Parts: sequence; structure tokens; C-alpha cells
Amino acid sequence: MNWVLVGIGVLGAPFLGGLLFGIDRKVTARLQGRKGPPIVQPFYDVIKLLAKDTTYTNRRQVFYLYSYLLWMLVALILLLTLQDFLVFVFALTFSEVSLVLAGFATKSPYSHVGSNREMLQILASEPVLVFMAFALYLATGSFLTGGVFLIDEPLLFSYPLLFLAVLLILTILMRKSPFDISSSSHAHQEVVRGVSTEFSGKYLALFEITHWVELIIVLTIVFLFWANPWWAGVLLALGAYFVELLIDNTYARLKLSSMVRTTWAWGFGLSLVNILYFVL
Amino acid sequence: MSLVHLAQARSPWVLHYDASSCNGCDIETVACLTPLYDIERFGAVQIGNPKHADILLVTGNVNHKSKRVLRNIYEQMTEPKVVVAIGICATSSGVFHQSYNVLGGADQAVPVDVYISGCPPRPEAIIDAIIMGVEKLKKKWKEEEEPVERSNQGSTPERSTANVG
Repeated sequence: MNWVLVGIGVLGAPFLGGLLFGIDRKVTARLQGRKGPPIVQPFYDVIKLLAKDTTYTNRRQVFYLYSYLLWMLVALILLLTLQDFLVFVFALTFSEVSLVLAGFATKSPYSHVGSNREMLQILASEPVLVFMAFALYLATGSFLTGGVFLIDEPLLFSYPLLFLAVLLILTILMRKSPFDISSSSHAHQEVVRGVSTEFSGKYLALFEITHWVELIIVLTIVFLFWANPWWAGVLLALGAYFVELLIDNTYARLKLSSMVRTTWAWGFGLSLVNILYFVL
Repeated sequence: MSLVHLAQARSPWVLHYDASSCNGCDIETVACLTPLYDIERFGAVQIGNPKHADILLVTGNVNHKSKRVLRNIYEQMTEPKVVVAIGICATSSGVFHQSYNVLGGADQAVPVDVYISGCPPRPEAIIDAIIMGVEKLKKKWKEEEEPVERSNQGSTPERSTANVG
């Protein structure tokens, strides 16, 4: 295990994530026929937020925000060091639940609405990730993520339906329309601002940076579907990213019930069919 | 100009508040976000939360009820902040200045930094006003010492309950 590479991965993930967010805004702008901000705009935003005054309602909120970032970094390290995929999913879930708790830690009703929606998003997206862990076990014989580098044919070829299900929940994890229910990746207005209503200044900057890391984690999950020539995985991840951009610009936000229904029916259904095909 | 100052000038987040406007100025302000005028190329996004915003755009006259709301929103914004009064009603109450419920322009409630008159002002003029606001913001950034962290726990009831009739 090359710790230097892992270190570079962990330090570089926020920068790469921020750059991808900037490219996202630029491409979205061009698709809408306007110029759009510069690609490094997310970095300008975060630097400005770090320099602005900060208000917070209580210390619990601050604790949960740090927990959100910490568990996201733990999930990233687990993924980069190719550890157990199920433990990685749990770390990711801890991180997202920390965000929900940060929203509930304040008295703002807008924040509570955002947290409720975020919880339903987690509920909608986690089952497919667990199914992916099953698929990993069936394909490689263990839950270790490193197994995808050792198998002959990429996971994509034996589990295409599962890949479609993962693309479906990618919309939720990347916070893109039609499933950007809780806090959108763009500056779509929420109920005031959803979960991040009571964050400001440096804690909002922390929230943004954690989103960047989350994007890299989510794209790495797609990468795992074709890990063997690593450039194929990277192309797959970037391809999925651009497809999500297109979907984001094509669809409007759907209702919460539609999101849960669609991901549970199609996500669950497709993954289950794919897994059962190999089990039976 | 240091990197921090560069970033601060290139990321003005905008909050729009309508204090009893006829919505003419509001329509023109929101038009700035559309592809034709596109304020996002300057890094400005419309943020719905005063705690996240740098620039407050006020349209319309200020009456007794909207004075309390405007004051509340202004106090929730974190430093440094800039207020832009858009339209002649927010500048000096325009044609309504003799009306019994109108207190005046936005400066009756909050300190205003940029005034732009017009009924309504064109989106190009509004973008100009926002850029002027950014210039004022740059000066305030330079004057500010260190970012201050404050908790809302000791706030007075008047501020924490946005009890607007």
C-alpha cells in the first residue's frame, strides 16, 4: 500500500472535486446559452466564505459539521486504500447522517425540512450501494475493493443492470435534478437553504469542501465498475459525470415521493435481478 | 491584490428582497440571472439565505411592516455586506412618496451603499449597480481585520423571532 499515493489522493481530492464542480457550472452555463463563471469559481467561493464572519446557533452544529467532513475523509481513505467496501459504505452513511444531525441541531424549521429530505435521500440511495457490495462479493469472492483489479472481466460486463441502478442513484448522490431534493449542487433555492440554512462563513466553506470530496468518492464508485485498465475506469467515471450534467439540465426537480418510488422500484429491481441472475 | 482579496471580489452572493415593490424592479432583477444578461459570469448567484449573502438588493418602498423585515434580514447577514437600492421606489419612494403608509426608500431601514434609479432600471443598469456594490465590498473587505465568529445564543427576542405581521 503506497501511503504517498494515498496521501496525494486525499489531499488532491478536494481540489479535483472543486475543479469538477467548476467545470459543471461552466458546462451548464454553456448548455443554457450563457457564458458562465470561470472554472475556478468554487475556489473563489470557498476562499471568500473562509474570510467572511461566521455565525452559528450552537456548538453541536459545529461538531456535526466537522464529523461530516471527518467521516467523508475516512470513507475516501478506505476507498483509496482498497479496503472493505461494506465498511466504506458505512463510513459514507455515518458522514451523511452527521449532516442530517447538523441540520437538526438548530431550531430553524427550514433546516429541519432539509434534514428530513436528506434522510429520505439516504434511504433512497443506500440499498443500491449495498447491492453493489454483494455484486463485488459475487464477482471477486471478498468484500475488499482491491478485488476489482484482479478479476478478468470488468464488473460492468457482468453487472450492467447494477450499473444502471448505480447511475440512477448517482443523481441523488451528486445532488442533481431530478433528485436534488435536499440541497442542490447548484444555487437552486431550497426552503430558504435546506440543511445549510444555519451555516455561514467558515462552516459553510467546510460544507462545500465536503461536497467536493463526496463528488470524488461518488465518481470512484463508478470507476470501480471498470477498474482494470485504470484509464477505462476514469473515462467511465467522467462519462457518467457528463451524462449527469445533461440529465440535470434536462429535468426539473421531482417530488420526494417520486424519487423514493423510482429508486426503490428501478434501483432495487434492476440490482436484484442482476444479483439473482448470478446467485441462482 | 492577494489571492484572498481576488477571491472575495469574484464571488459576490446576492440576496434579493422585495419591500412592497410593484414587482417591476423584481422582474428586471431576476432577469439579470437569465441567459441574456447572465450575472453568474461575475460569480454572483442568487442565494435565498441572508446568512450566506454578501449583497442585499432591495426593491420597492419601505413601509412599517417591511421595515421590520428588512432590518431583520440585514442584521442576519454576516459582515462585510453591501446594500443596493434598486429602482426609484427603493431610492427615494418614487411616485409613492406622499402615500400614508410609505416611510421612504430603503435607507429608512438599512444603510444603503448603492442607489440606482429607474422605473424599472434596465437589467444592464442593475448589473452595473451590482458591480458598483462589489467595488464597495472590496473596500470593506480591505478594511476588515479578522473574521469574527459569533454565536446567536445571546440574541434578543426581537431578532430571533422573525415575527412579521
